[in-house]
Amino acid sequence: MSSNEMTGMTTSSGEALQENRVPIWRLRKAAANYIALIPYLAFALFPFYIIAITSIKSKQEINNLGESPFWASGIAVENYTFLYTNTSFFEHWMVNTLIVTTVSTIISVTVGILAAYALARLKFRGVEMFGVAVFITYLVPQTLLFLPLVDVINLIDDFIPIRDTYWSLILTYPTFLIPFVTWLLMGYFRTIPVEVEECAYLDGCSRLGALFKVVLPMAIPGIICAILFSYTLSWNEFLYSLVFIQDEYAKTLSVGVFTELIRGDIYFWGSLMAACLLGTLPIVILYGFLMDYYTSGLTQGAIK
Amino acid sequence: MVTGTEVGGAASSPPLTLKSRLRRSIGPDLDGYYFILPTVIIVFCLILYPFCLAVYYSMSNAFIGEETHFIGLENFHYIIFEDDIFMMTVRNTLLFAVISVVFKTVLGLLCALLLLRIIKLRRFLRGAMLLPFVAPTALTTLGWWLILDPTYSHINWIFEHVWPFSVLDVGPYNFLGEPTLALGAVIFVNVWRGLPFFIITILAGLVSIPDHLYEAAEIDGASIMDKFWKITLPLLRPVLAVIILFSTIFTLGEFNIIYVLTRGGPMNETHLFATYSFTAGVLNHEIGLGAAIALFLFPILVVTVILLLRLVRRDSQYEL
Repeated sequence: MSSNEMTGMTTSSGEALQENRVPIWRLRKAAANYIALIPYLAFALFPFYIIAITSIKSKQEINNLGESPFWASGIAVENYTFLYTNTSFFEHWMVNTLIVTTVSTIISVTVGILAAYALARLKFRGVEMFGVAVFITYLVPQTLLFLPLVDVINLIDDFIPIRDTYWSLILTYPTFLIPFVTWLLMGYFRTIPVEVEECAYLDGCSRLGALFKVVLPMAIPGIICAILFSYTLSWNEFLYSLVFIQDEYAKTLSVGVFTELIRGDIYFWGSLMAACLLGTLPIVILYGFLMDYYTSGLTQGAIK
Repeated sequence: MVTGTEVGGAASSPPLTLKSRLRRSIGPDLDGYYFILPTVIIVFCLILYPFCLAVYYSMSNAFIGEETHFIGLENFHYIIFEDDIFMMTVRNTLLFAVISVVFKTVLGLLCALLLLRIIKLRRFLRGAMLLPFVAPTALTTLGWWLILDPTYSHINWIFEHVWPFSVLDVGPYNFLGEPTLALGAVIFVNVWRGLPFFIITILAGLVSIPDHLYEAAEIDGASIMDKFWKITLPLLRPVLAVIILFSTIFTLGEFNIIYVLTRGGPMNETHLFATYSFTAGVLNHEIGLGAAIALFLFPILVVTVILLLRLVRRDSQYEL
């Protein structure tokens, strides 16, 4: 990769960005930058391209190993119809994933807003300690928790039947969502001036009233960011879903595709890639509209 | 800060109520506890309690469907002194984390520097580069699985059909079937997935470096390299330290990429703590052993948290 970079830097004669009154050396330099970025772009997009192109190939074409695997001769929809007619992809996995992501996002963002507001604004004993605790839980890897959480789910299952249903995921996803949302929103709430709230209190607002009527409207970018992150993280979750759910009809997308679509025969690639594409698209579309929120959250959550 | 509140119930005017005395010792905002209560309950029941359970399991012979007995440190003794796969796991984890993070840092820095200097298409390029990070890892890794599959491999196809490889007799390789290649492959995919995080956060760090520093350096006749080593890198160091620590902790706990690509194989040669713990605890039903393996992540976690807290706090002091 880095060697490509160097060649990109030196062979700068490429496409000329025609703009008047810009010195030629500057154009060369700009062109060199763009050319140097091509390997990065190719690297980032390569598997998406392969997934997309393979998903529209027929079985015969995929298995014709002499032909270039980088191009499709036509568009075949058989992989997509296969997903619809022969698997639970749309009927169950997609629906389950939507339910789990939506409900756990609502829970996590609501609980996270309350906690973040208290930790960012209110003064009570232990507030610093709670802040640090939230940060630590944010970093606890799922690897440490998935085995004992099976028992917690079984324990709850004695009272409410949640085992092997998506409710077990709705219960456990907030464990990694809430700490992140809280951490993220603490940063946003701190940027809102205290005076605005004081005015609200003078107007007779209660604490909750001030939070909902004054603080939240000002923190909307942060809230959108928190929703977007929760949605993405729970949509992409794999380990808990793999461990907690065995019932084919209760599975989420990632796990359903991974455990049910890989069959013994060698003809599964087309439908597998179609499923990968369809499972990725909703997130990509969502993020296409809200990219700026996402990047600001990424830098906020990580650095500040 | 205003102290008037209705959430707690009683009004706050009389000076000697229990409430006002509590306020004096605990702080003005008693209702803060109500706000964090849901979070505290969830953290206790679904993080702290399971964690304690994991510690207990690691010192027991827990096995699905059998009675659990306390066996002290036997699991740890077995793992450390008798289990060859665990030794391999430790080696893999170190290699995986160090190589991945080094590549992500260097490539991320280079890419961020390039992205900083362009104006047109910047949004598009940034968005495209971020894709690997937002897409579901398990699904995109399935795409890499096809690319690396011994029969269908696109890379092998290039080696076979595209000049100059076709003449040079390179490959075909069984990328996921040979231990070294397989470890290389999972590191490669991990770099692919984690790189966007580095690019975006480093880019944010670069943007915040004030221009006048570079202008002053230019007046003093500094070269591009001088500017990079003497201005960019030192000022970027806090950001780099934080994202390297973040990335390290998430890379060490990686499960999805390994499990989808190799399932720890071939011959258990590419396990990390997460996949080995999963194999022992879920697939082989040895919960005690699985919990003990996963717990090795804990000391690393503690060190990372301590370092991060120092760095993050110092950062916030600068800002406020």
